[in-house]
Amino acid sequence: MTEAPPVEVRGLEKLYGELRAVDGVDLTVEHGDVYGYLGPNGAGKTTSLRMMLGLIRPSAGEVRLFGRDPTATVEALEGVAGFVEAPTFYPYLTGRRNLELLAAFDGHGAPGRIDAALDTVELTPRAGDRVGGYSHGMKQRLGIAAALLRDPHLLILDEPATGLDPAGMRDMRELIRRLADQGMTVLLSSHLLAEVEELCNRVAIVRSGRIVYEGEIAQLKRSAGTTYRLRTTDNERALAVCQAQPGLNAVRSDNGHISFAAEERVVAGLSEALVRAGALILALSPETATLEHLFFTLTEDAEPAVQPETVAVPHPVAAPELQA
Amino acid sequence: MNPGIGTVYRWELAKLRYQKRTYLGLGAAAIVPILFVVAIHFRHHDRHGGDFAFATYLTRSGLAVPLVIMLFGAVWMFPLITALVAGDIFASEDHNGTLKTILTRSLERQQIFAGKALAALSYAIAAILLDITVAVIAGSIQSGFHSLESLSGTIVSAPKALELVYASMAVYLMPIATVAAFGLLLSAITRNSAAAVVGTLMISLLFQLIGILPGLGGLQPYLLSTQFNAWQGFLRTPIDWSPIVRAAWVCAMYGVPALVAAFLVFLRRDVAGG
Repeated sequence: MTEAPPVEVRGLEKLYGELRAVDGVDLTVEHGDVYGYLGPNGAGKTTSLRMMLGLIRPSAGEVRLFGRDPTATVEALEGVAGFVEAPTFYPYLTGRRNLELLAAFDGHGAPGRIDAALDTVELTPRAGDRVGGYSHGMKQRLGIAAALLRDPHLLILDEPATGLDPAGMRDMRELIRRLADQGMTVLLSSHLLAEVEELCNRVAIVRSGRIVYEGEIAQLKRSAGTTYRLRTTDNERALAVCQAQPGLNAVRSDNGHISFAAEERVVAGLSEALVRAGALILALSPETATLEHLFFTLTEDAEPAVQPETVAVPHPVAAPELQA
Repeated sequence: MNPGIGTVYRWELAKLRYQKRTYLGLGAAAIVPILFVVAIHFRHHDRHGGDFAFATYLTRSGLAVPLVIMLFGAVWMFPLITALVAGDIFASEDHNGTLKTILTRSLERQQIFAGKALAALSYAIAAILLDITVAVIAGSIQSGFHSLESLSGTIVSAPKALELVYASMAVYLMPIATVAAFGLLLSAITRNSAAAVVGTLMISLLFQLIGILPGLGGLQPYLLSTQFNAWQGFLRTPIDWSPIVRAAWVCAMYGVPALVAAFLVFLRRDVAGG
């Protein structure tokens, strides 16, 4: 594999007539990332992933996988595997026969990896059954097995846990974590924000075909600031102190509490000011924004759980030219 | 081993083994000659020949049976058998959603197209070969493995006639390949198996309709349906190559553009479903 990033996307657009399904997407997945690609239904996630895999030609922009263009040659998919939407197979062939077919299409030693791939996804006992009789979860796992045949360095998975029962979702999450721990770069599209928060180190959040945030989850949370809940002996006086205190944002009174967003160092000064004002602190607890809160803040127009002004939405930055 | 067209071809044939439509076409190809021979048997005492080539020889030599079947099979049977697989071979990938699965492996689209096109053609050849062979065997059992009178009135020995039967079949494969090209095109365009199979058959029937329309006689030599009779040049003494040569270029005139169009559609299409 080259030193080029596993995925580099610049100015990616896809138009269907008047509909702009993908609108100038820029993102970079670095080596070793478990990268979450988030967005509501119809935001253009799957279309973007299909363009990354060379299944759809972009209307504009470029995709590079390890520095190669997947729309020009299938050789760009060397070291890349995955699936978009549900993985699909020939229903009249057995699971093993499907993998044999795909391994033959892969070459490069893939047929020798069939047994190991089936073992990894725990499908060996059902490998001789026709795929037409598989459950949704089994097909998802067979999809992962089919990806592993390619001995990938980059795994692109579109909603891998969708439709699975809780145990299936847990197993899928553990499988992805195990693969990531082995050094595989993973680009993961998902609706399951808790799953993404648990698995991913970086995310791109897409809304109406456009990226509204790209970067580390930790950075996103930091930029959102921490929200605090405060209860004092005199909340009315405490509210006035908070509103006057520099560095406190989104101060409001709420069901016997005062909530505000602030950095930790500002909170130390606040406690001193409250004592001086005679409003003694009964409780002061930080509430870190979850990815779910931030996601809704970035993708919905309705009033979000986290105050919009506390979320640092990155300004569009001119993306560097792709290196072939 | 690195994958290539041969890999796709082998797996397409393997997949055909698991599909009912494969056996539907091959079954029809095998049963029709048998039914035909049974019908001859029951009409044996009638001694009344039809008004088509070789009809009068059906009870004299079993080798006339495959020739008569080629004559009638051109109307819809062989085009339909050909369309069963050619019309399905891309559309079924859309139906199963598997196009995205195979296009994200290590094969270029052109390799997948070539492998599939070869498999569709191979199926048509296998079906016709099976049909002709069953016709030769069943016809020989019914009417004997005897010499055959050519269209020029000369007598051709049985071994030579057998040779001519298979040579005729080879010529017959030219319009069949063109029908297969139409099937591939419709399969790639419609992404719907039933529409592609029926559409292919309709194209074949349309050529025959044009052939019988009054005032369009001048088009007759250039219609696809006419080329299904080109093999009769082998049954003349000496062999008449002109219909065979014309069949070659007329079939290419229809088939090559259809195949190129199918290739371009497959190569350039967005795989947004499945």
